[in-house]
Order: sequence, then C-alpha cells, then structure tokens
Amino acid sequence: MDYKEIIAQYDGKAGGIIEAYHALLREFSYLPEEAIAEAARIFKLSTAEAYGIATFYSMFSVEARGKNVVRICESAPCHVAGASDVVAALERELGIKMGESTADGKFALEFTECVGQCQATPVITINGKPYLDVSPAKIPAIIAEYK
Amino acid sequence: MVNLTIDGIKVSVPEGSTILQAASEVGIKIPTLCFHPDQSIKANCRVCVCEVEGNRLLQAACAMPVFEGMVVKTRTPKVLEARKTILELILSNHPQDCLNCIRNGNCELQDLAQEYCIRENPFEYKVRGFEKDFSTPSLFRDQDKCILCRRCVEVCSVVQSVNALGLEGRGYDSMVVPTLGKALIDSPCIMCGQCIHACPVGAIGEIEQIDEFLAAVANPDKVVITQIAPAVRVAIAEEVGMMTGEMPMGTFVQGLRQIGFDHVLHTNFTADLTILEEGNELLKRLKEGGTLPMFTSCSPGWINFCETFYPDLLDNLSTCKSPQQMFGALVKTYWAEKMGIDPANIYSVSIMPCVAKKFEAARPEMNDSGYQDVDLVLTTREIGRLFRMSGLDFSRLPASDFDSWMGKYTGAAVIFGASGGVMEAALRTVYEVVTGKTLEDVNFVATRGITGIKEADVDLDGTVVKVAIANGLANARKLMEQVRAGESPYHFIEIMACPGGCIGGGGQPITKANVKRVERIEAIYAEDAGLPLRKSHDNPEVKTLYEEFLHEPLGHKSHELLHTHYHPKNKKFL
Repeated sequence: MDYKEIIAQYDGKAGGIIEAYHALLREFSYLPEEAIAEAARIFKLSTAEAYGIATFYSMFSVEARGKNVVRICESAPCHVAGASDVVAALERELGIKMGESTADGKFALEFTECVGQCQATPVITINGKPYLDVSPAKIPAIIAEYK
Repeated sequence: MVNLTIDGIKVSVPEGSTILQAASEVGIKIPTLCFHPDQSIKANCRVCVCEVEGNRLLQAACAMPVFEGMVVKTRTPKVLEARKTILELILSNHPQDCLNCIRNGNCELQDLAQEYCIRENPFEYKVRGFEKDFSTPSLFRDQDKCILCRRCVEVCSVVQSVNALGLEGRGYDSMVVPTLGKALIDSPCIMCGQCIHACPVGAIGEIEQIDEFLAAVANPDKVVITQIAPAVRVAIAEEVGMMTGEMPMGTFVQGLRQIGFDHVLHTNFTADLTILEEGNELLKRLKEGGTLPMFTSCSPGWINFCETFYPDLLDNLSTCKSPQQMFGALVKTYWAEKMGIDPANIYSVSIMPCVAKKFEAARPEMNDSGYQDVDLVLTTREIGRLFRMSGLDFSRLPASDFDSWMGKYTGAAVIFGASGGVMEAALRTVYEVVTGKTLEDVNFVATRGITGIKEADVDLDGTVVKVAIANGLANARKLMEQVRAGESPYHFIEIMACPGGCIGGGGQPITKANVKRVERIEAIYAEDAGLPLRKSHDNPEVKTLYEEFLHEPLGHKSHELLHTHYHPKNKKFL
C-alpha cells in the first residue's frame, strides 16, 4: 500500500492521525514528509501541526531509518544492570553507532526510556517486541532472527 | 462580581477574570513573558507565579481564575525567588549578546532580567547553537533566542491562518520551527512579519538593511530618493519617544533629509494614482463582465497569501501594482525625465510599515522601468534607528516640505494605511466617476476600524455595489472560501494582511497589543480629516501625470508601468 492508502484507512476516526502514523511506520519504518503532509490534509490540520505530532512522540521518526528498529532502554534500572555493555555489543554486531542505521537498511539502533520490564534488566525491544535479561553474549542470536 | 484580596488590597472583578487582570486593576504589575493580551492563555513560562492562600503550589497569575474570598500574594520572598529562578533558567540557554541584538532596549526578557536584578546566573550557561535562518528577504529567525512562549505560532496560525510555524520535539528538545523543520522560505510563510510583533525577544526580526542605505548615501554618484508609505508617519513618532501620530509630516520630512535623502517624495502620490487605476479597473470589470469580486492588491503579504493558498483566484486580484511599485516604476521613468536625472543613478528607497515589501521590491518582474524599480525597502523601525543614530531632536527640528512631483497627496491616500482605507478611497472616486455628482460627505464610516470583516452596500445612483473588507488573513480566508465556493455576494473586496491594516504592519514599531493599532487608526483618520483635498482624483500632480505621461487610466503606458501579473507559488507543503 502507498502512504495515501494507508492514511485513508483512518480518515474520520477520532485521533486517527496517531494510528495512521503507526501504520505508516510498519510500512516505511519512518514518516516521510509527503505522508505527514497527506495526514495533515486528511485530518484537517496544518502540515506544521502534523509535523509537531510526528516529532512529539519518540516512537515516531521523521528521518529515514532501518526497517527493524532496535531500541535499548537507557533508564536507571537497565543502566545499573549493564546496558552500556549491551549497547557496545549491539554496535559491534551491527557495525553502526547508536542513532544510526545499517547501510543495507535492515536495522536502526536507538535509545528508549523505560519500557516497563524492570524485573528482567537489561531490556531491548525490536519493532516493539521486548527481549528480557539481555547480555552481550545473547545479542548475535537475537539479531540473527531479523537478518 | 468576585471579591478578592491581592497583597492586602481588596478588589472586585468580573467572574472569569484572572489574577493577572485583577492585579492590574489595583496597580500591581505581575511580570509576564508568554502572556499576550490578544492571544489565548499559554501559561508555559511560569514567570507570573503568585501565592494563593490554601494552595500548596505557586499559581500562574495569567491562567488562574479568581474566586470569591481569594487571597493572593504577588511578592512574597517565595514568589520573588521562584520568578528569579525561572528567569535564570531561561537565561541559561539564551544568548547573552543583548548589545548586538535587534531587540536591544525593546525586549521583554531583558526588561525582566533588569527588574529582577539578575546578576550572576547559578545555572550552567549553554546556548543551543542553532543556525540562524536568513532564507527570506524579509525576516530572519534566531532560534537560539527563542524562549518557547509560542506567541509567534499562535499569531501565524490563529490570526493569519498561515501555519508556517509549529513545534518540533518535546520537553527540553522542543523548538519552534517552520513547517516540517525546513527553512522559512520553504514553509508557507507569507512574510507579513506579525510574528515579529508577537515575539517577546529577538528570535524573529526584519532583515535589517541600514548599511545598504548608508552605503548609497555615501556614494556621490547616487541620487538617493525616498517614498514614505501612508502608515509610517503616525507610527514613527513612537520610535523617537513621541506619542502615536504626534510627529508632524514636515518634521518627519526634515528628519529624512537629515539622514541623507536627496529627494523626499511620497507613496501617497501613487496611492492616489492606484485609486484612479484600480477604481477604473473595477468599473471596467463591472461594465464588461470581468472577474468579480475584484480584490485589492496593495498588501504584499496578502498577495503572497493569495499566490500560496488561493492560486485559483489570482484572476480576481486587481492587476494594479502596489503603490510602492507604481512609485518605483514612475520615479525611474517619468520623474527622472522631468528632473533630468539619469535613472541609472537613482537609488530608490521606500519607507514601509511592512517587511513583505522587502520581498515585493525584490520580485524579478518588478523592473518595468528598465531597472530594479525599488532598490531598497526600509521599515519604520529601521528609519527609527537611523533617526536615533543621527541624534535628531524632533521637538525642535524645523519643518521641511516634500519635493515637487510625486510628493502631493490627498486624504484618500492617507487612509490607505488603515484597514478599509483603500476601499473608502476607491468609493470616493468611483462614486463621482459613476454618478457625475459631487460626493458631499466623503466619510464611509462602515469601512473603518479594526473589526476583522466589514461590509457595506454603496448606492451609486441606483446601482448598488457590495463591498467587503478584511484585515488579518484568517478573516481574509473566510471571504476567500466564499469566493471559491461561488457564494460571494460582493463586487469588491479589500484585504490587508495585517490586523488593523498597514498601521499594524510587520515593519512598524514593536506592537505589543491591538489597542496600539486602534490608536494609530485614529491618527490616520484625523490626518485625512484635516487635509484640504480628500479625493484621489483631485490630486493636481496626479492630474498632471495623466496629462503629460500616462494619458488615461488603464491606458497603454499604465499597463506597461503600473500593472502586473501574479504567479501561483506552488509551495510543496502548506
């Protein structure tokens, strides 16, 4: 589906722009300018307002990024449990730094705030799916699921 | 009425009033930054906090409604400490280069830093380090100075319905940005400059061109001439410490000679000329079934708006250039010839209440004289700075008069500066042209004032012409939607982009509230009422211009020099 068809599915729905943005992310992994402008038109906002919504929530991205979004929690409990070692392992495994995407467009690496799984730190999520009790040793196998 | 006590003083105010309003009733000024008297309550800066008995936390006076028996304390040690901390936090990432700032001496944050004796800031000083945006010929943005009050966002969206500015990000990372975080020139910005008035600090300003002017004055080969727009005189007084409208025209002209102009002429001359061209254009459209309603075309912010948002309605726009551009085209042809001056040596400067005029003068099509018709546009504020730089005392300066040819004007031209003025001026002339009778009472009061949309029916000897006037582009948009839907009952529509008209233009002295616009409007009509000639077609110099040069309104020469075409802006994102 192209972005216009995706957005049209939520036309007339209260707060539909948020759902449309999520649907766009599933397809493109980020929100292209044209899609934000189209969402503005459908939901009767200015492009400036639609852009404000797109940049307000950290799970949305207006920059092109890798298809599979790997996020690691940087809140205190994960930090104490050794998140920085996991960060290093992720960077090594993917060959990119935090905030970057792989050249083949498959992976993006981002920080996130607490995802509410503090019983099993450190935590990473891939496309929203949490992986608990992560350690550097487990990273290659987890990433391999998405290669 | 609600009774409360503020700092031990009893006060009664209408229900729904805020603490801020109640306090001002009894002479207590509470500091504000995000508060704007003509805008919605934002309560995001928190500098107006007060103690309210029974509340554990401090309350924002701009947002907190009063209640019966309320006890407010506005200057306890706790309150003063909190306000000071808020200011210190704002200043911790606000560039401390006040001396170089365009708003030095006229900045709400600077004033508060002064009032609250901010000396050493305990917080780490770290400027965010954004690139300044100089992408438009009219306005710049300096995001580092932005205090995130959002007053510019509201004026751009609610008052102007342009929506060129919005927010990006959240919390500490939030910023005010043009559409999609792009440069201002790539946003739908129509360069009206109302955001400059809304900004409490120096985060938005006009592109200042004082140095270009001084360089032209210093060049012995250049004949530097100026035209003054109708709205400038009433406001320039405010720039030099006088009351609105207080500076006499003669003193103003003398001031302009003192800062280096070789010839002082008046845009009012071409305002009168505009009426003859535009009035005849309206009559022609009415007679020959041309596109109606016809829209006025004097306001360059409005032209940008129409080209951006209503490209399908460009045929409704009068083809008349604005008075500034008519003047520019004539001064390097007619005037140059009459004066025996080589137009190549003329440096034509216009003094405008407007920042969009800077853009208009730079339009590539505005060169019908064979040169760039207007070389430089200076705003009322820039002229104010030049006056202050020159050490002129306007209470003692002897008066001077305009140079001849293109310096004479009527009251009809003066009122071009206020919303409804172009319409009224046109009606004064159209009435006499159509009916052949003398118009005894020239005052069309229904067209006057700051009301967003005004309308009137004008009886021209049995033919009723329906007219409408809008100021502020959100109001204009309402009329445009009617036209687009084919439901507009009007024949003639005047639009001025800025609230109140040109007197509230983006280049005027910083205008903190609409009441100031109303004062300027009153000064405009007072000037009109005091003039001997009040109909554009009575202007003797305009008559001579037609006899000697143009021959007839809408004639061949007029089309060549005084009329133009419009182009859809085709902005990618609106």
